[in-house]
Amino acid sequence: MHIFKNPNFDFVRWKWQAIAVSWVIILAGVFQIWTKGMPKGVEFSGGTIVLVRFQQTPNVDRVRQALPGSGANAVVQAYGDPAQHEVSIRVHSTGAEQGTALSTTADAVVEALNKNGLGPIEGTCGPQKPFNCVSGRRVVGPTVGAELQQRGVLATVFALAGILVYIAFRFRFSFAVGAVVATIHDLLITLTFLAFFKYELSLNVIAALLTITGYSMNDTIVIYDRIRENMRSMRRDNLATIVNAAVNEMLDRTMITGGLTLLSVIALFIFGGEVLKGFAFTMIVGIITGTYSSVFIAAAIVLIWQGKTPVKVAPAAPAAPVGKAAGKAANKSGKRRAS
Amino acid sequence: MYKNLRWKLVIISAVFVVFFAVGVYPVLAGHYHWPVPAALQAKALKLGLDLKGGVELRMRVNTDDALKTTTTSTAEAVRAALASANLTPTITVTAPTSFRVEGVPSDRSQAFHSAADELTQNDYDANALPGGVYQFTMKPNIERDQREQAVDQTMQTIDRRVNELGVVEPSIARQSNNEELLIQMPGVSDVAHAKEIIGKTAQLEFKLVEAGPGSKEDLLKQYNGNLPGDLEIVPGSGGDTSGAFYVVKKIAPVTGADLRAAKPGLDENNQPAVHFELKPSGAPKFGKLSGENIGRYLAIVLDNKVISAPRLDGRITDQGRISGGFTAETANDLALTLRSGALPASLTSLEENVVGPSLGADSIRAGVLASAVGMFLIIAFMLIYYKLSGINAAVALICNLIILLGLMAYIGATMTLPGIAGFVLTMGVGVDSNVLIFERIKEEIAAQRGVRAAINAGFSRVFLTLLDTHVASLIAAAFLFQFGTGPIRGFATTLSIGLFVNLFTSIFVSKTLYEFELSKRQVPALSI
Repeated sequence: MHIFKNPNFDFVRWKWQAIAVSWVIILAGVFQIWTKGMPKGVEFSGGTIVLVRFQQTPNVDRVRQALPGSGANAVVQAYGDPAQHEVSIRVHSTGAEQGTALSTTADAVVEALNKNGLGPIEGTCGPQKPFNCVSGRRVVGPTVGAELQQRGVLATVFALAGILVYIAFRFRFSFAVGAVVATIHDLLITLTFLAFFKYELSLNVIAALLTITGYSMNDTIVIYDRIRENMRSMRRDNLATIVNAAVNEMLDRTMITGGLTLLSVIALFIFGGEVLKGFAFTMIVGIITGTYSSVFIAAAIVLIWQGKTPVKVAPAAPAAPVGKAAGKAANKSGKRRAS
Repeated sequence: MYKNLRWKLVIISAVFVVFFAVGVYPVLAGHYHWPVPAALQAKALKLGLDLKGGVELRMRVNTDDALKTTTTSTAEAVRAALASANLTPTITVTAPTSFRVEGVPSDRSQAFHSAADELTQNDYDANALPGGVYQFTMKPNIERDQREQAVDQTMQTIDRRVNELGVVEPSIARQSNNEELLIQMPGVSDVAHAKEIIGKTAQLEFKLVEAGPGSKEDLLKQYNGNLPGDLEIVPGSGGDTSGAFYVVKKIAPVTGADLRAAKPGLDENNQPAVHFELKPSGAPKFGKLSGENIGRYLAIVLDNKVISAPRLDGRITDQGRISGGFTAETANDLALTLRSGALPASLTSLEENVVGPSLGADSIRAGVLASAVGMFLIIAFMLIYYKLSGINAAVALICNLIILLGLMAYIGATMTLPGIAGFVLTMGVGVDSNVLIFERIKEEIAAQRGVRAAINAGFSRVFLTLLDTHVASLIAAAFLFQFGTGPIRGFATTLSIGLFVNLFTSIFVSKTLYEFELSKRQVPALSI
């Protein structure tokens, strides 16, 4: 069974159009984030989140009104499974970091709900107490956020640099540039979608972004691997033809893997619960754009970077018997694989 | 041709059984109440706080406090030594790590050195400034050790307190920057009380009252507005002492460290109080303090507040009682904190997380459902698209997940909610290896190769691709682990282990299954 029977699409011809489309999306994202800002999760901005389960889902505005200061700056939303009648209340302040005062804001929120007749909210939700209780609470002091943000950025930069070095070592530098550009492209497009769909930048989302880094590289490397192989078997052809052939040959695999991974994260998005929504959404966008970029962007960058310089390929290795090829790969040229 | 086949199948079965027993059986057994051997139970997969429910506190140890305590006691020791050499310079603690001595007459510097050097030269660098001023600064290595010790001691004390609270399987871990602690208490939901117990410094001191009780101004007036350097004014707290101030010595002759035991009880008026017993080493100290000062008042100072100041009526050596406006609960808490020892430094709360048991249970349910649905979809697709070879992929996938769970349980890794996400993702990425191999085999068959040759070529040619993709993913996961905290590390762990296991299943297990199929008979065509 095949998804595409002997595909022969000229992907390379569309490289400038593809790059233009990507730029439009990325610029729209930059504009959105520039003007509206990137919504940040409580881990990064600091603040207090209280999850309350009621007996009946109360009107969200009524909850907001009940909060201290009539809920100015508070974000009140229905949360999770509607059958749980759960509401998430987020305020941007916390108690003092000294001693045990950090959670005073959280306590004040619950107290205010009780005072305004939305309660009585008491204790933590458990098997004995299914409603009118606090099901979860998160308080992050202001000093934590800045540090976490820095760590998230550092993790991404180091991961990209590490993979750049690895690909440059295993393939060639232009490939590494293509892979890194494609990955940064995926990260930017994913951020754009997060901003437009108002998903907060949380720790889970950062984890998803880093996973996309890995996934996008993964996808790109598979195609590069085939380009490298084709460079040997198609030595009379120009690079554009070689790249096109590789992308086409791998098209079935690209679609199947992309599709299956997408299926698993869609399952996560639908069934994985509220906490993983942001993670799953980020992954969905990332997998789609990651697949797109490895087909249209990564190879195009290699072509553009190589320009008109003729492709240099190591002297033809004799067609090694299958099975020994892998073992001998390292000792011939050190970097390139005989096939 | 396939002479190693039997051994390979044995290895795979053994691996499967072992990891199933470690990673999956205890979880299933826990759910359906089957018997589990104790050895397996001890190794059962650990759930993170976000799944189990509980309280998580991130706190910074203010190690400056501990340094200040050391510097103050050194400065006071110097003061006492100088006093016995008839020197009374001004001594002030200027920073947690330094103090300054001012007004040493130049002709007495010899006497100053003979009194002060022995006390300070091990831990402090002395710097003589013009005008009889000496600046003492803690040596950097001593400072480092002291900070280190303060954090260690804080961890131990918190550990004792959390255990006294009856928390099962608490975890107290040092965070990367060394002065931060992550305290996890599964199953706890009364945060306020837990924080009260953990965060209480509980520095108990017994000091003679030099003057007071009275208002601050009145007390200062008794010293003509100029309090001697070795004294301090301490406020009262609670009960009889509230609103009043006391003048006491800075250094206490007897502290909480001299106590052996403490328990809640009642005083002579049937009010809640804390009874304590002294250590053998503390008894003579307390005996001397009380015996030599009968008729004077003894301030009982807790965290720099006087909780009561009873009159000393006789010599006390082995046990005593603290009363001072306690309720039964506060007396109980104080006894608990005194038993577990004082914190050497105060704590700053950075982050606080409460996951109610319902929320955790919901997360587990959602995670399991998402994993099951994802797995079902993937296996269904593989069976439809790759026909009988799809079974091969399904076996490899299930093997992958079971080894992943078993390995996580075995190395004691913690499953968190992001970890479940990593688990679901591992299925998607894991099946990619099979897809790559199968697609390659298809290509080879299309190029008119025989089935055996096509399968061999499929596996050997894809091997390097898999190596490259897995190493790249591992690089990303490694940095995620390095810079991540808590649950994110759980995700990175699951992902990394998943990658390693995937190489094993997609190459070794999957290929062996093909070899098994080929060895049975002459296979005319491959179902792929």
